[in-house]
Amino acid sequence: MSILAYNGGAMVAMKGENCVSIATDRRFGIQAQTIATNFEKVFQMGPHLYVGLPGLATDTQTVMEKLRFRKNLYELKENRLMSPKVFAAMLSNLLYEKRFGPFFVEPVVAGLMPKTYEPYICNMDLIGCINPPNDFVVGGTASAQLYGMCEALWEPNLGPEDLFETTSQALINAFDRDAISGWGATVYIIEKDKVTIKNLKTRMD
Amino acid sequence: MFATENAYYPDYSTKPIQHSFSPYADNGGSVVAIAGDDFVVVGADTRLSAGFSIYTREQNKLFPLSNTTVLGCSGCWCDTLTLTRILKSRMQMYHQEHNKVMSTTACAQMLSTMLYYKRFFPYYISNILVGLDNEGKGCIYSYDPIGHCEKTTYRAGGSAGALLQPLLDNQIGQKNLTKVSAESITQEKALAILKDVFISAAERDIYTGDNVMINIITKDGIKEDNFELRKD
Repeated sequence: MSILAYNGGAMVAMKGENCVSIATDRRFGIQAQTIATNFEKVFQMGPHLYVGLPGLATDTQTVMEKLRFRKNLYELKENRLMSPKVFAAMLSNLLYEKRFGPFFVEPVVAGLMPKTYEPYICNMDLIGCINPPNDFVVGGTASAQLYGMCEALWEPNLGPEDLFETTSQALINAFDRDAISGWGATVYIIEKDKVTIKNLKTRMD
Repeated sequence: MFATENAYYPDYSTKPIQHSFSPYADNGGSVVAIAGDDFVVVGADTRLSAGFSIYTREQNKLFPLSNTTVLGCSGCWCDTLTLTRILKSRMQMYHQEHNKVMSTTACAQMLSTMLYYKRFFPYYISNILVGLDNEGKGCIYSYDPIGHCEKTTYRAGGSAGALLQPLLDNQIGQKNLTKVSAESITQEKALAILKDVFISAAERDIYTGDNVMINIITKDGIKEDNFELRKD
């Protein structure tokens, strides 16, 4: 089996009207055995910037620390916040540096652009090829299920409440059909002046 | 380094050449079935493909076995042809021996044993058998390639099975919803959901597209329907 499917995990990010969402499951497992149900895969990288790193759990944490280091260095040098677009480019570059011995993560970036508060989402493969669509992105072992759910549920100009409902339903129903994802979920709704974090109750089997 | 050792000149290689033959092909395709109290609808896309090429855009993958039973197949097309040919003759033999048409439940059991008979050289097909049971209720049987059988009220199978099954869980099984209605699904709603899920599948699955053939099975017989999907 692929190293990308060693720990399992599901992730989705969606664009809404002046808001974005990013959501993930909470499972940490080793192949079929669940070890913990409080594992964090989504990290805050700024007031309106989040990154999700589904894939091999050890690389999730390593890449997160490398990203935080490079982002902090940028912010000290430039004395301004890093925009999601720049952050995605930096992450892409970080991953491509390891082109022939990659980190096994499929990152998802979600955030609002500074000043304009324009929604931005993107995902990339494990060597950093960026894909920035204007609807939704998915990642992890339940990506096929998530594509099916999102393609049917997503619609343009969703408000924060509707975006939360759409994202949650897409994620939960998708990972209920994946044996190595689930065991709880976290949804982040990012708006101009607040970020709402909700832990969802899901079936635990 | 001698040229004979060079991978760029395979004609001059001194090593033995290993030839191989794979008896299986994945010709893609998706089948979706939804059952109600007195009907069952089944749809299959009409694209037949292999890898990045499309063999035809108008291949029917639904096989009526009787007036109340339809089989939907996707996977290896040559296995589908063989299986359905044998199934048809088994149906005829049953008819002549017992002087009655085989029921959907009997068909379901026969299909399972026929698939398991080829346990160590299986038919590489995702089968979904639909029909009306002895009380006239809609029923769906889905199979793995070696005959494991499950009776359900909704099922998605084939190349877009993974994309569509969670959607059916949510929209028909009412999974993860707080407001659950006790009413059973109507034929109109089943058809609407069936069309919606195929449109979603055609967006992301390259092996699903072109057209959808639909069979609506009621006590009055089998009605056919057809609608278009994206063709790229």
